[in-house]
Amino acid sequence: MSHGSHPAGPSHAPAFVAALKEHGFDFFCGVPCSLLKGLVSLLDGDAGARYVSATREDSALGLAAGAFFGGKRPMVLMQNSGLGVSVNALASLHTLYEIPVLLVISWRGEDRSDAPEHWMMGEIMHPLLDKMTIPHRALSPDVPMSAHVGWAREQLVATNKPVALIVPGGVLE
Amino acid sequence: MNKVEAIQALGGALGPDDLVVCCNGMIGRELYTYAERPQNFYMIGSMGLGLSIALGLALARPTRRVVALDGDGNVLMGMNALASVGSERPENLWHVVLDNHAHASTGGQRTISGQIALEKVAAAVGYRATYRAETAPVFEASLRAGFGQRGPVMVLGVVDGGTVKGIGRVKETPAELTARFSAEARR
Repeated sequence: MSHGSHPAGPSHAPAFVAALKEHGFDFFCGVPCSLLKGLVSLLDGDAGARYVSATREDSALGLAAGAFFGGKRPMVLMQNSGLGVSVNALASLHTLYEIPVLLVISWRGEDRSDAPEHWMMGEIMHPLLDKMTIPHRALSPDVPMSAHVGWAREQLVATNKPVALIVPGGVLE
Repeated sequence: MNKVEAIQALGGALGPDDLVVCCNGMIGRELYTYAERPQNFYMIGSMGLGLSIALGLALARPTRRVVALDGDGNVLMGMNALASVGSERPENLWHVVLDNHAHASTGGQRTISGQIALEKVAAAVGYRATYRAETAPVFEASLRAGFGQRGPVMVLGVVDGGTVKGIGRVKETPAELTARFSAEARR
């Protein structure tokens, strides 16, 4: 089932995982979303990737911070509902302490055809990220996954702060 | 036992390479005052996430001993993280909890830990061992015993409420703390 505006096509999840590895990401955790199910199943089934199934999105961000201290380049995946849960961690931990982390956030509530619990977060996600000065861009299926991840890594290295890739429906399912 | 005794006991039990992730609140300021070292990370916001940070670090650096220093308010706020520790079961993670049944840094309001034995939660989710100490000698002995076995281990010390006079604030900026702690953790 696709919740977004993009028609369901072949999943770009394998290319996305390859791009993550190519760009040095080596610690993966998060809380799943149906829009990310392809990505989660690939990471969770990959013994070399070591995916930690977290219980809350802000806890996943804590794991990522610890992994960064230990020399890893972490990625945290979540539904955009989890961005709400994560605001304080991103503000008072990662941004304040200059801890880089790649956020992979699904875009539930992209339009009103999605379930009503996603409507508000679907609308405020982008302005919220803007207000938090977290660079973000949508994971367009028309651009190679390695280009998206490469952009994110450049942001991380330049700022030592969080960066987000927003995942519409159909791209990583 | 007062908190200074507990902090000093922990400081005495740590090895030079041990990494400490300290929760926010008064405990961090007390640790900074009585047992400051570059291998300590002081979290000033993100209440409840100290244990998750320590878990991520323990998974990233399996050859290093990682100690999460927590208070009861932090444990209660991030209790889900105990389940993650029990699930991942890193052998190099120790969870030291100073339990004063209160939110010390906001004026000593009560928490609910007076009704809940936090070490029993840790045991239920799969920590390999747990200790509860009401006095300084028992706390010291518990730290020694707990650090001598495989993690995850919780050592909980029941400490007096109130604040300690003359406690300083962490002087390093958050970015400086990240830089120095990362350098220690990656050594």
